[in-house]
Amino acid sequence: MIASSLTVGPSPRRRAHRGAGEGRAAWVLVLPDVLGLCLIYVGPILFTIYLSFFSWNGISPQRTFVGFDNYRYIFSDPVWMRSLGVSFAYLLMYVPLVTGGALFLAVLLAQKLRGTALFRTIFFLPMAVPVVVAAIVWQFIFQPSYGFVNFLLQSVGLPAQPWLSSPQQALVVVVLVSAWKQVGYFMIIFLAAILAVPKDYLEAASLDGAGSFRRFWSITWPTIRPTTAFVVVMTSIIALQDFDQIFVLTKGGPDYGTYVQVYYIYEQMLRYLHMGPASAASVVLFLIIMVLSIAQIRLLRGGRDAD
Amino acid sequence: MRTSALRRWSIRALMILIGIVMFFPFAWMVSSSFKSNKEVLAYPPSLIPGEWHPENFVHVFTDVPFALYMLNSAIVAVTVTVVALILHAMSGYALATLRFRGREAIFIGIIATMMVPFYSLLVPLLNISKTLGWIDSFAGLIIPWIPHAFGIFLMRQHFLGFPRELKDAAAVDGAGTLRTFFQVALPTSYPMLASLGIIYFIGNWDRFLWPLIITNSPEMLTVPLGLVQFQGQYSTQWNLLMAAAVVASIPTLVLFILLQKRIVAGVTMSGIKG
Repeated sequence: MIASSLTVGPSPRRRAHRGAGEGRAAWVLVLPDVLGLCLIYVGPILFTIYLSFFSWNGISPQRTFVGFDNYRYIFSDPVWMRSLGVSFAYLLMYVPLVTGGALFLAVLLAQKLRGTALFRTIFFLPMAVPVVVAAIVWQFIFQPSYGFVNFLLQSVGLPAQPWLSSPQQALVVVVLVSAWKQVGYFMIIFLAAILAVPKDYLEAASLDGAGSFRRFWSITWPTIRPTTAFVVVMTSIIALQDFDQIFVLTKGGPDYGTYVQVYYIYEQMLRYLHMGPASAASVVLFLIIMVLSIAQIRLLRGGRDAD
Repeated sequence: MRTSALRRWSIRALMILIGIVMFFPFAWMVSSSFKSNKEVLAYPPSLIPGEWHPENFVHVFTDVPFALYMLNSAIVAVTVTVVALILHAMSGYALATLRFRGREAIFIGIIATMMVPFYSLLVPLLNISKTLGWIDSFAGLIIPWIPHAFGIFLMRQHFLGFPRELKDAAAVDGAGTLRTFFQVALPTSYPMLASLGIIYFIGNWDRFLWPLIITNSPEMLTVPLGLVQFQGQYSTQWNLLMAAAVVASIPTLVLFILLQKRIVAGVTMSGIKG
């Protein structure tokens, strides 16, 4: 310690000397988190993969090796197939709605008109509402016989809709509830990216006579492309894992209309005690999310790496 | 000049319209929570209650042990937040500023766990919880949410900006690595810790599926579970349900309004280098 504090510049000897003590301290600092991640993530994902090859009810000490039977079981289960379709329909509605909506709101806020701060707060506020609260409040708003949405529809002469009692409309409602809560978060991320676009580029384009739409399309949009990629990947991951509001609003129904992949896993595991198929479905969901994320990153980042 | 005024007004009109839609659930929840059970079902609905019934809020606390649910949620959310912040600052600091064997491998390993969706771990986590006696306990509600790769990643990004001079000055003063961390690095990171902490708190106040799986007894319910329980009992009494919904969201809403700047800073951090 004394030797090292006497040396002024970074000498190789000093580095080597400090390296040893630093290394021990570094391990002390990272160890709790590394152990935690091993206990909660690494171990369990390996155990999920292992269990997906066994038949087990979760209670008895006996597990039977069944090879790929659990995978065959879910692939031939019409409920799983239906659930896969529901999850993708959810994804296809949710990702454009939240990404596009967040970008649109960020562009509006970036105009920096008076009162922008108030609107930023209002658009962002749902983030602080627990999902279960959001679900119950929207359930009340979409209630078929005395809900506010049907009241609005009828007051402009349109017919009342069944909403949560129709399989198709129920899916739209559960997507809307989650989108309402999440859009502000991604709006903030987009807003930071848009405000970081160099001003001189925009001014130069403006002097060249580019309109605001043109400026957005040829300067802002390419600059925020990495942010867009990030938001698309994150919203896809959220879309494939949403569960809470579905449990509260529809319990996966009506007629499996909102029976997403996580709902399938949940019921196989806790209702039917089919730990094997539940694990196989978990592995498949993990693979879907991984492949989709990698594909999206490749696709959306590709253009930027090229130039 | 004329077109820019027109543009300003159309943007403003759009913001107001979207703002009304986004804010409506809050207004409707609060207004309904003060109505009588008859008025809450009245057609056509009214935004301002005809008669005010603040006693709806009393029912929330007397008909079900809602105060207990709030205490449980507070214990869980505060513990997860505090412990996670300290641990993630520790590992983030080590990964960003210290040189040690295996650093790259550990960092890549931590990032890789971000790819694992929590919900694909339910079966083994339930099994681990049974083995370790976490069922129906605070340990089971708290421990699984502490390790979090994204938080570690954000703290590492933060400490990459930690000035070398500060670290070296502390070393000159004879402080070891651990003391440098706890007495210099940690205290200078309060703004970052506050930003991340508030996001953790809101996220953990919100948890639903895992507590649903791991708790059995009514005394262990957290706010979201208690609210769903309440919904089961009072499915048609929307005024009481809305009062419970207001109570359930007050802690996070108040924190949000007080600390909005910090949250925005934290969210912005999470988007950079995505």
